[in-house]
Amino acid sequence: MGMGQRLALIFKSKANKLLDKHEDPRETLDYSYEKQLELLTKVRRGVADVATSRKRLELQMQQLQGSSDKLQAQAQQAVQAGRDDLAREALTRRAAVNQQIADLSTQHSQLQAEEEKLTNASQRLQAKVDSFRTRKETIKATYTAAEAQTKIGEAMSGISEEMGDVGLAMQRAEDKTQQMQARAGAVDELIASGALDDASAPLGGKDDIQRELDSLSAGSDVELELAKMKGELPAGKAPQAIGSADQQAVPGAQTQPEGEAQK
Amino acid sequence: MIVRILGEGQRTISDGDLDGLNGLDNELIAAVEAGDEDGFGRALAALLDKVRQIGTTLPDDEIVPSDLVLPSADASLAEVRELLGDDGLIPG
Repeated sequence: MGMGQRLALIFKSKANKLLDKHEDPRETLDYSYEKQLELLTKVRRGVADVATSRKRLELQMQQLQGSSDKLQAQAQQAVQAGRDDLAREALTRRAAVNQQIADLSTQHSQLQAEEEKLTNASQRLQAKVDSFRTRKETIKATYTAAEAQTKIGEAMSGISEEMGDVGLAMQRAEDKTQQMQARAGAVDELIASGALDDASAPLGGKDDIQRELDSLSAGSDVELELAKMKGELPAGKAPQAIGSADQQAVPGAQTQPEGEAQK
Repeated sequence: MIVRILGEGQRTISDGDLDGLNGLDNELIAAVEAGDEDGFGRALAALLDKVRQIGTTLPDDEIVPSDLVLPSADASLAEVRELLGDDGLIPG
């Protein structure tokens, strides 16, 4: 016997077990209908859960993208300052962050696919549940318990196969969501530990690369200012100037460069 | 003849188109029995493609049991073994 037939039989025997539970097969219809409604609620909740996980992933990807952009800017700044070592460090971290983004992006598409499947499954189930309700009422109104047997048999194995399918889809989506949540938790921890340099960190929470770049630019500002001051001193007089008769010229030379150095 | 692909819903296939499916189904069962993960993936993909190609989607509100139930495209060998071996896995 083929694979498809074997699986079909498994679903059918499941439905038959359900039918055997009640003496009057019509009771099975009501029982099954209740189960269908319960399942519908669960599937809708499942769709919402998957969507929540997906959104969390999207948020993390945005955060990481921010980090990546920031590291890129830092690397450029470091190169301009002639600090290849800092630039290398920034680019190395950026590569690690980008790897995380790529991983999350793969997971994101998987989750999106699960969400779509589950949404479709939920729509199919909804349509079948509605149709089952009509059929159930017709059977109950038209047939005696003995006559109803065959009519119910087909409806029952059809709907219970659908429920089995939806149940499996739910289980898969739940597994995927759980994996994703564990993963998202790990990324949050990484971000919190600073290992991934969270771009959304509050002001003042500067990373080491930024601190060094800041001190670097502060240092070069001082050098610029100094050079400017020296350049504005009258030629040949610089070393002897302090304490001499030329003192009047100094205050003007001191104040002006401060404003210019900020440009 | 009604065929369900798990996670995708049911399709109707005319009896004349069944011959091709049986061969592919046999390859699938052989791969499962041999524990051949690669062969299983290939046979399953081929079988599902064929079903999608020749089948017509059943309306959502129709309630009929399937003659064939096929695993979803991304199912692993282990998952299918579980399905076949333990009907307790199928809820509902």
